[in-house]
Amino acid sequence: MSHGSTEVGRRQRASSFKSSLGVRHTLDRGFTLIVFGATLVGLVVLAILLQDVAVDGIPLIDWHFITSFPSVVPQKAGILPGLVGSLWLLGLTALFAVPIGIGAAVYLEEYAPDNWLTRMVEINISNLAGVPSIVYGLLALGMFVQLLGFLTGGRSLLSGALALSLLVLPVIIIATREALRAIPDTVREGGYALGATRWEVIRGHLLPMALPGALTGVILALSRAIGETAPLIVVGAAAYINFLPEGPRDRFTALPMIIFDWAERPQKEFISLAAAGIVVLMVVLLLANMFAIWLRNRYQRRY
Amino acid sequence: MTGISEDRKHTEGTPADDNMTLGMKVEQLSAFYGSFKALTDVSMDIMANRVTALIGPSGCGKSTYIRCLNRMHEVIPGARAEGCVMLGDRDIYDKSTDPVNIRRRIGMVFQKPNPFSKSIYENVAWGARINGFRGDMDELVERSLQQAALWEEVKDRLKASGLSLSGGQQQRLCIARTLAVEPDVILMDEPASALDPVSTQKIEDTMDQLKQSYTVVIVTHNMQQAARISDYTGFFYIENMGDPGRLWEFDETEKMFSNPDRKETEDYVTGRFG
Repeated sequence: MSHGSTEVGRRQRASSFKSSLGVRHTLDRGFTLIVFGATLVGLVVLAILLQDVAVDGIPLIDWHFITSFPSVVPQKAGILPGLVGSLWLLGLTALFAVPIGIGAAVYLEEYAPDNWLTRMVEINISNLAGVPSIVYGLLALGMFVQLLGFLTGGRSLLSGALALSLLVLPVIIIATREALRAIPDTVREGGYALGATRWEVIRGHLLPMALPGALTGVILALSRAIGETAPLIVVGAAAYINFLPEGPRDRFTALPMIIFDWAERPQKEFISLAAAGIVVLMVVLLLANMFAIWLRNRYQRRY
Repeated sequence: MTGISEDRKHTEGTPADDNMTLGMKVEQLSAFYGSFKALTDVSMDIMANRVTALIGPSGCGKSTYIRCLNRMHEVIPGARAEGCVMLGDRDIYDKSTDPVNIRRRIGMVFQKPNPFSKSIYENVAWGARINGFRGDMDELVERSLQQAALWEEVKDRLKASGLSLSGGQQQRLCIARTLAVEPDVILMDEPASALDPVSTQKIEDTMDQLKQSYTVVIVTHNMQQAARISDYTGFFYIENMGDPGRLWEFDETEKMFSNPDRKETEDYVTGRFG
């Protein structure tokens, strides 16, 4: 009797499903290979690039290279003003872009009403993230260097940092908004139900919870800012200066400016120097990212 | 302090049927989501230091109603309420009433436990701190956790995350943090619906303690629970699909479960539908 009922069950299943498990498993394996290959392409290209730069650049990096000014004599040339300028830019850009970006994200996500105007703003912020960096450079040239030159000091660190801030603001805003949006409304309601104001809920719960996500945006943003060359050229960063900036209104150069300058020169020695500069740039970038990731993990671990 | 706090002192220790005082008075309350009317014309006297249970089929406005009682309804974009809800001698929907203050005096525990991603201690202390509590915070945290029957389980790990607790413990933590701001009324929106029977039992025991000092309103889908813990029961019902929800019948729990006036109430409490 039990034998009979098993037969019926099997026949019914066979009639309604066309199972070819073998083919499905083959497809599964095939897809695994494809995505693994895609990952490999990116990694291999990156590894070759890094290896190429490292082989050329690392032998040239010594204390003299880090602490000297550029020179027309390759053996004497150093990268100090670029390093100092890039650190200034990094700090000033973070100073402007992080509070403004997070503030705008909090307004758009937590305060602004949901209407066609805010939706337009949202779409346009996404578009701004894709605008070529040279456009921001031109904007900064007209606005910060010329119009507000009496404040910024013209072709100064301040103008450069403001240009980079505009450039990276959309990235920070978008990342912070995503992080805020991911927080369930039950958290907000829990806060309100205790008699908290909107700001108290934001300050006490939403910002701490959104911070890891926001910091990811900040990492991406500052990584982009420190490598940018085009807006700095337009703003008027020098390729060669023989002094160090002492304040935000001073003239400046930056690592990518010096690398660009060296890479254009005909002598072979300067090409190698450019590779050494790239290594320095990447080390600065890695250190800045490590700091931000450490900060992020510290907050994520807390609860 | 005004209204209910004063009244509470008088009722403490008195027998159930003597000196009943009014905790909240609801008059002709209607609630909307945009242009959709979810609830119409609810009037209800909520007695102080009693448990009032709200029952009824899903989607008939119980949760909407309870959220109107501390102005949490309007937190949802497009949602609004009309009518009058008195707490003591004050209409909480009056223009001069600050919803932030109302929500401190009328606390709320939600359906899903929603502790903050902070330590157990901070979960309880936070609400008190933002409301300007000046006393001994350690003492307040301990007392609140004890009232919520959670102290013994967490006293050795107050620094651990509130999210590390089990679901039932999280819900009692949410009750503790509500108690810490010393409200007059506690609203509970199906507080045990996501919990196992043991946790439910603990929450019900807690509620019995709570009504000594607080007015409690609870939404529940569990008929036995309503019968066990409440003194008054309100039955919400929608007669025809698409109509707004109404308070169909409201009376003492005993009467509601033994001899209700309306047929729909009887059908519902005896499990004939819903």
